Amino acid sequence: MAAIFQGVGAAATLSSSPSNSFVPKKFLTSPRRSFCVRKVPSSVVVRSDGSVNFDLNSKSRRAQQLVANAVATKADSSAASSSSNPGHELLLFEALREGLEEEMERDPCVCVMGEDVGHYGGSYKVTKDLAKKFGDLRVLDTPIAENSFTGMGIGAAMTGLRPVVEGMNMGFLLLAFNQISNNCGMLHYTSGGQFTIPIVIRGPGGVGRQLGAEHSQRLESYFQSIPGIQMVACSTPYNAKGLMKAAIRSENPVILFEHVLLYNLKERIPDEDYICNLEEAEMVRPGEHVTILTYSRMRYHVMQAAKTLVNKGYDPEVIDIRSLKPFDLYTIGNSVKKTHRVVIVEECMRTGGIGASLTAAITENFNDYLDAPIMCLSSQDVPTPYAGTLEEWTVVQPAQIVTAVEQLCQ
Amino acid sequence: MALSHLASSSPSRSANLLKPLSSAISLRRPISTDTTPITVETSVPFTAHQCEAPSRTVQTNAKELATFFRDMVVMRRMEIAADSLYKAKLIRGFCHLYDGQEAVAVGMEAALTKKDCIITSYRDHCTFVARGGTLLEVFAELMGRQAGCSKGKGGSMHFYKKDSNFYGGHGIVGAQVPLGCGLAFAQKYCKDEAVTFALYGDGAANQGQLFEALNISALWDLPAILVCENNHYGMGTAEWRAAKSPAYYKRGDYAPGLKVDGMDALAVKQACAFAKEHALKNGPIILEMDTYRYHGHSMSDPGSTYRTRDEITGVRQERDPIERIRKLILSHDLSTDKELKDIEKEVRKEVDDAIAQAKENPVPEPSELFSDVYAKGLGVESFGADRKEVRATLA
Repeated sequence: MAAIFQGVGAAATLSSSPSNSFVPKKFLTSPRRSFCVRKVPSSVVVRSDGSVNFDLNSKSRRAQQLVANAVATKADSSAASSSSNPGHELLLFEALREGLEEEMERDPCVCVMGEDVGHYGGSYKVTKDLAKKFGDLRVLDTPIAENSFTGMGIGAAMTGLRPVVEGMNMGFLLLAFNQISNNCGMLHYTSGGQFTIPIVIRGPGGVGRQLGAEHSQRLESYFQSIPGIQMVACSTPYNAKGLMKAAIRSENPVILFEHVLLYNLKERIPDEDYICNLEEAEMVRPGEHVTILTYSRMRYHVMQAAKTLVNKGYDPEVIDIRSLKPFDLYTIGNSVKKTHRVVIVEECMRTGGIGASLTAAITENFNDYLDAPIMCLSSQDVPTPYAGTLEEWTVVQPAQIVTAVEQLCQ
Repeated sequence: MALSHLASSSPSRSANLLKPLSSAISLRRPISTDTTPITVETSVPFTAHQCEAPSRTVQTNAKELATFFRDMVVMRRMEIAADSLYKAKLIRGFCHLYDGQEAVAVGMEAALTKKDCIITSYRDHCTFVARGGTLLEVFAELMGRQAGCSKGKGGSMHFYKKDSNFYGGHGIVGAQVPLGCGLAFAQKYCKDEAVTFALYGDGAANQGQLFEALNISALWDLPAILVCENNHYGMGTAEWRAAKSPAYYKRGDYAPGLKVDGMDALAVKQACAFAKEHALKNGPIILEMDTYRYHGHSMSDPGSTYRTRDEITGVRQERDPIERIRKLILSHDLSTDKELKDIEKEVRKEVDDAIAQAKENPVPEPSELFSDVYAKGLGVESFGADRKEVRATLA
């Protein structure tokens, strides 16, 4: 069976070696420009006999298209891809559902637990119709009891089931913090390796449209220290489906961060079965002048800023880090070595956010390659206000990103 | 008497007994093989909530009583030895001892199979042994050595034995109950026809997550049995100061409950068998084991600031689980006092041997620090900047 991997110039064999440990020689020696072109989401088709094909045509042109359609409410790459790679168009929440459905069909151990995921179809429709298809024992409506149903999911995972636990809003999972930190993250270690916890905990978070302080939380900053878990953030229908599937198949506990405002993004995705590597970052737009690291919704603010920057003559390289724990220091490092300037744009608050950790990680590892201090643009350290104007000022806006890049590149 | 004991050198639970030299001399069959049924009444009748209590009359036999006796003696001796090791600073951190409560562990094990799951809190040494853990694994883990059941990385509060469905071993009060209901969910999902016993204490009984988990278990008809090991003190707080309603077996409200004398291994066995049958048909049930711990909450708690020494000695004299079985064995003429004392001596030696062996065991390798953080899967590695140098592989 051929599997398409979202490759960043890395090809993987279907053996047990990690997929990002093998880089074909030709990429290492080729001149930077063509290397960058190939880094654009090219589909890497790995056949079961180990031979590798690279599909460079349509996806590489998508990079240019993304600049033009920077605020991708309808990221329309269909024109380029329809000819050679038909696929099908869908919205992000549908992509998540597709991934979930395919995994549930593939593996009877996969079940879904959460509030209103069953009969109601999910508050964001990610689990719509799944209960009808798979029954009440596989798509379970829980009472409003996050602490216990997350604990139950972890207990079930200890026996080998693969539950997908949905927090209706990521913020509600704070009630299950003990279960996630102590049991989900640590049981594999404290049992000396006896139990694996192949659970997926997912839900929407982030700042929405005037949802109020308690419903606009960014849990990735609170969870990032927990040892033993992996965290990923999806941002497009393509990587949403890919990451969902990879997370379900992973033996480790994975927390999948979705964003309330991104559920209606439309994109054309391949028909074939594919997954996205959980530990890999995504090169959104290759460039030369500055590396902009971002994830989730801020990717779109960055791309909007990139459009302005390009018009002003700058050439930003935009990377969607996707893997929040662990960081893909390989992709990030290569980018830093090339551009020597880093801007991090995140939705977390300044104190203790993903950006703070990323700044530390880059400084520790790539200090010699930096020409200027890293700029980290984060949300303000305030509870998210209700009033629309105030809420706008809480999060990073494209104009601020443009200013930051201009400042950095002086 | 012509009975002699042959103890196996490995710390196994059952001793092998040689057959009597001549049946002409002794008319008594060896206690450990005698399965003629004996009928015993439990110390007190069961108190039931929303269900019909099982009968007070319990069927047992000499073999079972001998097993109970020996197992409880092993547990008692093990806990006392752990006390000494802690004071000798060979065991560090937290150490919560179970002596006094042994009847719950052995009685429960007698009613279950290894397919049934047990999950408990941090007072887990004896439950681990009841599920088949060896003394070496216990002492090595307590002392942080490689041969420990969690490779020395868990400690006193994190004993697990996957192959006999013992799920630990949890430090946070009450957090194991939702996990236990999750185990029951998996059993129902996979149609295992087995049950899960989720144990917690009277202190944990006031945790909200218990009621949440019980609600979900009752809604989904899960084969979960919640067992409250009520030793009447949540660390230093007596139950009447912590719970408005200390009738823990009734707190399930819509879920049936049973109050059991937790110092009577046979009553525990009867109750657990009843609960298993009930849970497989009707969903969750709560068992309250009325038990007592002789030690304080942990080694850092003397155990005498919130209760009197008279109370402790009183319980020890009147309700001690091992003494109860001993009296039962002697009164039914199944063994002599000397033989029982010999068993105790033998167990003491077994425990000492295990400790000596554990003391010889090496501490974990430094590489163990990074192993078992993640399950091997997509190879989570923490690379250096140029990917040529692997900083750490979080295996």
